[in-house]
Amino acid sequence: MSRLRPGIALVALALLPLVAGDYYVNLASQILIAAVFALSLNLLVGYGGLSSLGHAAYMGIAAYLSGWFFLKFGLGHLATAAIALLGTTLMAALLGLIALRATGLGFLMITLAMAQVLWGLAFRWVSVTNGDNGLSGLTRPAPFGVDLNGAAAFYYFALALGAVSAAAIAMLVDSPFGAVLRGTRDQPRRMSALGHDVWLVRYLTYVAAGFFAAVSGLLYVYYHKFVHPHALSLTTSAEVLLMVIAGGSGTLLGPVVGAAVVVLLKNYVSAFVERWTFLLGFVFLMIVLFMPDGLVPGFRRLWARFSGKPA
Amino acid sequence: MNAALEIRGLGKAFGGLPAIDGVSLSVAQGERRLIIGPNGAGKTTLFNLLTGDLRADAGSIVLFGREVGALRTALRTRLGVARTYQIITLFPGDTLAHNVTLSLLGISPARWSVLRPLAAYRNLHEQARAVLQKVDLAHLADRKLASVSYGDKRRVEIAMALAQNPRLLLLDEPLAGLSREERQTVQALLAAIPRDITVVMIEHDMDAALTFAERITLLHYGKVIVEGSRNEVVADPRTREVYLGS
Repeated sequence: MSRLRPGIALVALALLPLVAGDYYVNLASQILIAAVFALSLNLLVGYGGLSSLGHAAYMGIAAYLSGWFFLKFGLGHLATAAIALLGTTLMAALLGLIALRATGLGFLMITLAMAQVLWGLAFRWVSVTNGDNGLSGLTRPAPFGVDLNGAAAFYYFALALGAVSAAAIAMLVDSPFGAVLRGTRDQPRRMSALGHDVWLVRYLTYVAAGFFAAVSGLLYVYYHKFVHPHALSLTTSAEVLLMVIAGGSGTLLGPVVGAAVVVLLKNYVSAFVERWTFLLGFVFLMIVLFMPDGLVPGFRRLWARFSGKPA
Repeated sequence: MNAALEIRGLGKAFGGLPAIDGVSLSVAQGERRLIIGPNGAGKTTLFNLLTGDLRADAGSIVLFGREVGALRTALRTRLGVARTYQIITLFPGDTLAHNVTLSLLGISPARWSVLRPLAAYRNLHEQARAVLQKVDLAHLADRKLASVSYGDKRRVEIAMALAQNPRLLLLDEPLAGLSREERQTVQALLAAIPRDITVVMIEHDMDAALTFAERITLLHYGKVIVEGSRNEVVADPRTREVYLGS
């Protein structure tokens, strides 16, 4: 039964454009993009115990790389996507060397500082990034000749990439490497005494998180056909960290649920309530008070209590 | 025969206060060595220096004929050093079997694999169960570690160390906090450790420790005060003075 669940969820998600209008399909696409982004950060936060406040850097770098190589050299989408994924992964490999000089609060502050530097670059390096105006005039790719400009077409594209990313992340988490990663989160000293290379495990995870953030960055830039320094900002980094924590870090479903909550509050509820950030704050306050380890673990516990089965 | 462990002039100070002060000692292969000393004598610090958790300020550590002072902890583990902790350091949210599996992965190249789920590694699971069987915990293999008794956790600590087939086993107070019955179980377990494993043990329970150990080293303020066979050390007046206290 539990093996069928992802398949059933995928089929249900695939049916959405048949019953919902373009507005809601676009909203769902944004949720998918945010979900991939949050899943990538969850590798660090949930499974590695490394809270980053600069993860937007990797989504933003991928978006900028893709846009810039398209505008500057007129490269095709396959080439810009490859450059964006490779370039962002290399960037994560480089910055990971710096960030992992520390863990805990030190790690948080270094990731924050590095992302702020990149955000500042995006703002000030006008000749490359076009500064506050951002890079516009971008297009969506047309894989196998399929035009992705329609809401449903793009949604299926995002769903396919999202499903593949989620499956890859699930595989990593379930593997021996994933078990070792969780071990380094819980007892780093014991893990090195058992012969595990704690630093290297964390570093490889950091690079993998950068790679999957780059996937979300590509989806992001295709969706908006535009990239602004905001993609690299602290707000974006904090938002994705909130998604992970609100949904439930260290679970596969948590970041997806967290992404849905934040995107819906931000894009849907804000149409009715002007001060939607108030509401966002209130929702997080409630989550922290009543389900401190996130919505998914919280509801699992509730479910277990009412069905009488252990969690 | 070569010594399993050879320490020369080892020194470690914390903020000017020497915790280990010029310690030299040699442990033969297959020997059972007991390290005793009052609280703060530097016993656990000595273990942390041997495993690489701490770096020495001075001196050399030679394991099985190889200088390891500059090696990371994980590399020393792969040379055959395993340890248990005075304060239980396990994975409370995971099952007993998973705890032992993490230990088996530490010396297996499978730890880098991301392509197959851990559940598919049948040999690892069977090995983990076999190790738990050795310490009489096979029936609790699928229980969460947090849900078993303190004595069982102590045995998991030892099982995780033995799972790696170490050549040198460092036991840091394996009997601490155990009831009389639990002590007997763990003592029997220690007595059954194969003779090709060299064992260095820190222990305060003198009765249990004295039956186990062949040679004893007495540490005091980071220095070796007395070293010798069981009888020699017990009979030595300095032992009575600093440790037995009567």
